[in-house]
Formats: sequence, C-alpha cells, structure tokens
Amino acid sequence: MSGAVLPAVLGRFEWIDLPFVRAWENPTISEIIGAGAGALVVVGALAVAGLLTITGRWRWLWTEWLTSLDHKKIGIMYVVLAFVMLSRALIEAVLMRMQQAIAIGHPGFLTNDHFAQLFSTHGSIMIFFMAMPFLTGLMNYVVPLQIGARDVAFPWANSIGLALTAAGAGLMMASLVIGQFSTGGWSGYPPYTGLAFSPDVGPDYWIWAVSIGSLGSTIAGINIACTIYKLRCPGMTFMRLPMFCWTSLCTSILMIFAMPPLTVATALLALDRYLGFHFFTNDLGGNVMNFANLFWLFGHPEVYIVILPAFGVYSEVVSTFSTKLLYGYTSLVIATMTIAVLSFTVWVHHFFTMGQSANINAAFGIATMAIGVPTGVKIYDWIWTMFRGEVRFTVPMLYSLAFMTTFVIGGVTGIVLAIPPLDYVFHNTLFLVAHFHNMLIPGTLYGMLAAYNYWFPKAFGFRLDERWGRRAFTCWVVGFYLAFMPLYVLGASGMARRTAEIFEPDFRPWLYVACGGAFILLAALGSLSVQLWVSVRDRDETRVTAGDPWDGRTLEWSTAAPPPEYNFAVLPTVTRRDEFYEGKRDGNPYSPPVRYDRIEVPRGSILGPAIGLAAMSCGFGLVWHMWWLAGLGLTGAAAAIIARSFVRRTDRIISPGEIEAIERRWLTAVHEHRPISRELERTRANHGVAEAMPT
Amino acid sequence: MLLPVLPSLLGGCAALNHGFMAAAGPVAAQQRELFFIVAAVLAFVIGPVLMLVPVIAWHYRIANKEDAYRPNWNFSWTLEGFIWIPPALIVIGLATLLWVYTKRLDPYRPLPGADPLEVQVIASDWKWLFVYPSSGIASIDRLTIPVGRPVRLTITSTTVMQSLMIPRLTGQIYAMAGMRTHLNLEASLPGVFPGANMQYNGNGFPRQSFAVVAVDPARFQHWMTGSARTAPKFGPSVRSLLAGRARVTTAPIYSHVPVGFFASVIAANGGVGHEAANGSGR
Repeated sequence: MSGAVLPAVLGRFEWIDLPFVRAWENPTISEIIGAGAGALVVVGALAVAGLLTITGRWRWLWTEWLTSLDHKKIGIMYVVLAFVMLSRALIEAVLMRMQQAIAIGHPGFLTNDHFAQLFSTHGSIMIFFMAMPFLTGLMNYVVPLQIGARDVAFPWANSIGLALTAAGAGLMMASLVIGQFSTGGWSGYPPYTGLAFSPDVGPDYWIWAVSIGSLGSTIAGINIACTIYKLRCPGMTFMRLPMFCWTSLCTSILMIFAMPPLTVATALLALDRYLGFHFFTNDLGGNVMNFANLFWLFGHPEVYIVILPAFGVYSEVVSTFSTKLLYGYTSLVIATMTIAVLSFTVWVHHFFTMGQSANINAAFGIATMAIGVPTGVKIYDWIWTMFRGEVRFTVPMLYSLAFMTTFVIGGVTGIVLAIPPLDYVFHNTLFLVAHFHNMLIPGTLYGMLAAYNYWFPKAFGFRLDERWGRRAFTCWVVGFYLAFMPLYVLGASGMARRTAEIFEPDFRPWLYVACGGAFILLAALGSLSVQLWVSVRDRDETRVTAGDPWDGRTLEWSTAAPPPEYNFAVLPTVTRRDEFYEGKRDGNPYSPPVRYDRIEVPRGSILGPAIGLAAMSCGFGLVWHMWWLAGLGLTGAAAAIIARSFVRRTDRIISPGEIEAIERRWLTAVHEHRPISRELERTRANHGVAEAMPT
Repeated sequence: MLLPVLPSLLGGCAALNHGFMAAAGPVAAQQRELFFIVAAVLAFVIGPVLMLVPVIAWHYRIANKEDAYRPNWNFSWTLEGFIWIPPALIVIGLATLLWVYTKRLDPYRPLPGADPLEVQVIASDWKWLFVYPSSGIASIDRLTIPVGRPVRLTITSTTVMQSLMIPRLTGQIYAMAGMRTHLNLEASLPGVFPGANMQYNGNGFPRQSFAVVAVDPARFQHWMTGSARTAPKFGPSVRSLLAGRARVTTAPIYSHVPVGFFASVIAANGGVGHEAANGSGR
C-alpha cells in the first residue's frame, strides 16, 4: 500500500498517509492514538453536521452567523474557535505529560515522532489558534462597544480575518486526518524543517496553517487599530479610552508590525521547500540564523500581542469589582505603550546561545529586563485599584488575583532567563517551558477566562454559573502550579525540553507531579464545559436583559444584553472617563432619545467564508502538491475579492420604527427591574440594573 | 519558585544533583553563584506583590464594613514614585550585574590557566564526535578531559542545528552546519558528567547524550598516547557513520584523524574552512 494514489489529482497522497491505515498496518498504542484523534475529528464534524440537520439549523448557522458581518457575532465565532482548539491542544499536553511520566527508562506509549508532532501542534495551536483567536474575538466584541461605535472600521475585512484564521485552524485539524504534522516545534527552525531533513508533508502543514492564520491576524490588527483611531464616539478622546481599548490598540499595532516578519519567514521557508531556494539550507549560502532572527522578530512582540489584551481585561475587571476608579490610568497607558515599543528590542534573547558576542547578548539582556519595570508598574496599579475599594470575589476577580500572584513568579524567572550566563544553563530546558507557561497561562489564559466570565452576560443576556466557574478556576490554578512548578526544578537539573524518553530516575517524582497537574488542568477544561451547560440550562434564572450585571463603568454596559445589532440607537457622547458609571450616579443614564434615526448596518456576505474556504483549499493543495487545487483556491480567493467590488448594496437599513420597538422593549426591562446592590450581584435578584454605590 | 528551590537543594534534592547546582567546574560554579545572587535580589521583587495582593484584596472585601472606601481616589505621586523608582533601581543594579557576568562568563572567553586543551566537536544525527587535533585521536559520544586544565571546544554540525550542554560543567551553545561556535570549560573534580543535545533534531534526540569523563592529568596523558597508538584508524567507515542518521551504542575511539578534518567538515557544509575567515570564530 505504498506509492502515490492518482498523483495527477491527489498529488503525493498515499494510503499510508491515513492514520487509520497506519494503525491497521502497525497497531501500536502510538498509532492507535493517532488514528483515534483522526477519527475524533471526523466523528466530531459528522456529529455537528448531523445535529445541524436534525435541528434544521443549517440556514440559521449560515445567515445568522457564518456570513454575518456584525462585529459581535464575528467576535463570538472567534472565541468558539479558540475553545475548540484549546480542547485539542490541552489533550495533547496531557498526552505529553503522561508520556514523560511513563517513559522513564522505558519507551513509553508514544513514538518519538508522534511526541514531536504533539509538541509542535500543541505550541502552534495554543499560540496561533487559541490565544490569537480568543483575544481577537474579544477585541472584536468589546472594542466597538467600549468606544461607542456601531461596528469595526472594515466589517467585511473582519469576516475575512475570521475566515482565514479558521482556515489555518482547519489545516491543523486536517493534519490529524490526512498525513502528519511537522515535528519541528512551533518555531519551525530550519534546516530541520527544510526539504533535506523533513521531506514529508508535516512542515508544509505548519507553513500554510501559520501563514494563512498570520494573514488573518494582520487584517484583524489593521481593523482594530483603524476602529480605535477613527470610530470613537463624540468626546471619546484617547485619554478617556477604557484601558482595554488602549491595550487592544497596542496589540493591534504590534500585530501590524510583528506579523509580516513571520509571514516573510514562512514564505522564504516555503520557497526553499517548493522551489529549491536556499534561504535557510545548510548549503549554497543558506543560513539558519536569518530564520531565527526573522521568527523572533515576530515571536517576541507576539508574546505581548497575547498578553496586552489580558492586561486590559484585568484593568477593567479589577476596577469594576472594586467599584473604584482605575488607579494610575496615565501610568498604565504609558506602561502599556512602553511595553509595546520595547517588545521590538529584545528578540535576540530567544537565542543567546547562537554564538554572538557577549556585548550583543548583554545589550539585549538589559533591554529584556527593562520591560520588567512597566510590567511591575501595572501589577501595582491593579493592587492600588483594589486599595480602599469594595472588592467582590467573583470569578473574573478570582482569575485576576491568581494572575497577579502567579504572573509575578513567571516574571522573575523571566528576569533569570534574561541574564545570558543563566540562559546558557536554562535555555532549551524545562525551566524555559515552565517560564513561558507561567507567563501565558496566568497572563493570557486566565485573562481570557476572566473576560469570558465577565462579558458573557453582555453577549448572551444571562450570567455564567458561579459555582462551576469557581471549580474551573480552582482546577486551572491548582493544575497550573502542579504541572509547571516541577518543570522549574527539572530544568534546573538539566532536563531538555521536547524529549520523549527520560533516562534519569531522579526526575521521576517531579514528572509524576507534573502529570497529575496536567490531569487537573484537563478537569478544569471539563469544568468549563459543565459551567457552560449548567448556565444555559438555568438561563432563565440568571437573565440580565437590562445589561448591567456588574455595575459596569464603560459604555458596553449601557446597552441591552445582548446588545442590538446596531449597538447604540444614538451614538453616545462622552464627557469623562467611565462615562456610564458616572452617569448612573448623576441620575438616569437610560433616558430615551428625543427621536430615533435610521441606522445602516453591514449586510451579511458569503464572500468572507468563501475566501476562507479558498485559502484553506489553496493551503491543502500546496501541502499535498495538488497543484490544481492550489490554483483553484488562489483563483477563487482573487475572484471573491473582485466579486465584492461589484456588490452595490453592502448595507442594510434598520428603520426608526424597528429601532424604537427594540429600544422600548429594553427600556421597559430596565425600568421594571429593581436596581440591586453589589452584595446581591451573584443572586437571582440581579437582572442587570445596578444600584448606585455612594461616592 | 526560586525560593522553594533553595531548601530542596539544601535537603539534597536528588534531581538537582544533575544540574548546575551540583557544579563540577568553575564555569558552572560561577553560574550557580550568579543564580543565587539574582534569586536573592528577585525575592525583593516578588515578596511585596505576593504579600500585598491577598492582604489588600481581603481587607477591602465588600463584606468588611470597617475599611475605608474612596471610590474616586486614583492617583498619588508618592505611590507612583514607589512603583516606578525602586523597580527601575533594581533593574539598573541587575543590569550592571548582567553586564559584568555576561563578559566574565562569555562562553568564548578563554578560562584562566595556560594551555587549554583543544577539542573539536562535530554534531551529527544522533551522535557527537570529539576530535583531539593535538594527538589525532577522536571519540564518539565520550569526551575525556583532564581535571584542572581548561578545555576549549570548537563546535560545528554536519546536520541540523543542535545545542551542546554539559549541565554540571557549563551551559550550552548551538552547533550549526558550516559555522563554528566555541565553549570554554573546565572540570575541577574527577568524575563522569553527562552532556547532551538540547535542541530537538529528530527521532534519536532523547538518546543523543554523551559522557564527559574527567580524569587526572597523568591518566589523561596516558589515555591519549595509548589511544593514539592502539585505537583503530579513522577511515571512510567513520565518515559514513557520521553521514548516516543513527545512534552509536558503543563509545569507539579512533586514531590518525586527518589534519584539517574539522575544517573540511565545515567547508563541506558550505562554510569557510579556515578559522580566521569566520566572523564568529576567534
């Protein structure tokens, strides 16, 4: 069963590329797990399709969601994608931890090759298809509402950004079912990922998934930045922007400047692999060091791309749940901008061990430590925000507190790694793995989960279950400490990362603890699912239609939950920071306008999903050398863009009557519910109208 | 997490005996010393946050009616000073320390003491070849060195990027095809110290380790002259062994390694054979 099948049509596909065939021919546990994962993708897709057919929801999915240009729906779809990918990558992490706990002086149950695919997909997914879609979705949902806009600057481009991200994620999933993924890690260093050493389809999957995903991120960055620059409501000056908008702006700027080096790096690697170029080969003048520089020129700002929105979330959450003005707003703005700028000056610290001079290493090491100052300032700003406040330990607040204490540990180990002579010892060990998980889990993941719990009632009109939220929170925190603190010790003991077999029995107790931690993290994911299920089941008891469940401060809380398609019937006018919060204290913030005007909202378009599908086909065709498919995909994407330029009616008009009816319904809900005090926030009495706290 | 490391070390934590905490040479010992200094400084960074977060959050909880509530208080120059200046001073202090130690522990910097032992290291899939140009011998996966004498490794790769580390003696440096990097180290006590490739390079990666055997100088001399006389000659079979992707389970020794073999490996991988032309050489 070897040899290409119908090469003119299927390119280099062979039957052995199917994990099911591999497992049939060689039924080891490793292959069966591979086949099981592939089967899960297929069965999952069929189950979703079946469910949609039975419930008759295909049309609803297509018209209400996939083709929608509403920034809120696009934001939610991004987050759904992030959760799906999180589930896969977390299961992969558990498999890796199990392998390392078992494979001590023993081959374990996974082959080296399978293990290498797991760490490569785990890293690539968590960064490009979990963290990125989550924060992009969040920015998409929240930013226009916070700045008093009706949509993002470029709604159609927004849909393309989502479709391209989904296309990249689709390629990641396809690699489970057909062929295999790269074994070169999420950073894909050549020459290992070059043709000479990895002639298989794996690196091609990595190249195209990441390239297509990064194009989507570039578009999203441009869109969010333009939205904040151009669509702020009257009076919303830069220094009145909610903190989340500031961090979103910095993240977007970073995306615009940091994504291109990645796209260039993967494109050059693709030229090496497809057209015999020698950018990164060993021979004929290629140089791997150029790839390392290009990749980390993207890779380091990327760290701040995924962390800054979370900083914004924490700023909103800590201020809201302390019922207090954010401490040191100007300081936080300066710190955020400083971090964004400095993030471009430190990339060499990812390869202190490449043999450059001590002066270069020292300069980049000092620049790296300098970032610690504005980051520390932020932590203290949140602490002083709680100071003399009325702190409520809701789920988002719990995540914020766990973040502050845990993140600072990761911060100081980061300082350790920033010192070149210590980096020589810790680089490529589990200490490094522990460090960046210690930044990304409390930083990004807790931030995203805090945001999910915080803004969910806004997006869906009912609150998430507190009890299961706390259980999930406990598991995320306990699991994190158990899974990653041992890795610091193992790294300091010289244990290499990415190793599928261990020969040192002294490492055993630490690896067992880490494996236990991984199981608790899996339980955390399970708790999140239960939380969602319980919350949907009990939604009638937690409705917050009036829209302000947390005594919110920023404009998104001044709308209904969920907000109408047009966000604001009349664009708000802002005279100060925390306009809505202050408005509640001044009197009635919900007074209806004198008259309603018609509103134009973007009409849905099938061309966004079409471009995503075309990009995925193109990527898949390139991976398998199905040139006809690649050409078709590329032509299709170009045709879709041209077709869009002929679309005349891109907007839909909502009539004043329709708006008035919607607004009247909402205002009735606002007035019929009693404003509740903060003590009752987590009870059934909370219908989304907040009682003004005394000042 | 730095602080818990200290007591577990004092308690004789077995895992740490395999890393730089159990330094067996001057480089690793200085790295350990630097680590402890940095850890002590960082305790002052981490301490206030770990104390203030729970204390302030709990004291100002909504259920506590005794606390003050100042919802509009949002700025204080004094506090701004406290949160910007001390961290900046700590970073300036650490930066000074970083500059000094980065120069001192530059892996390219020769260690004090005359006449370092030159060893050329060739990384291949998935094994290490150590060439002793002074005596024309070579060994695979075993680096024999004399105790108390500096060793200067010159490193290249015949394949993908790898990273050579000997945790108890020194940190790591990359091995890259067509290029040479350097690592200076010394063992201050006799023993067998594991070394490994730290950069994933395919299926043989987990097993691509080698042993550094530090012996007293007299025994080392004896080993070297003995091997030069009795070990099998370095020939085409060794070259094909290096070119192949396989592990070597024994630790063979060869004699009569051709002069210039290391340079020819670099040249064969697209690099410049002679040292002076390479910017990263010294």
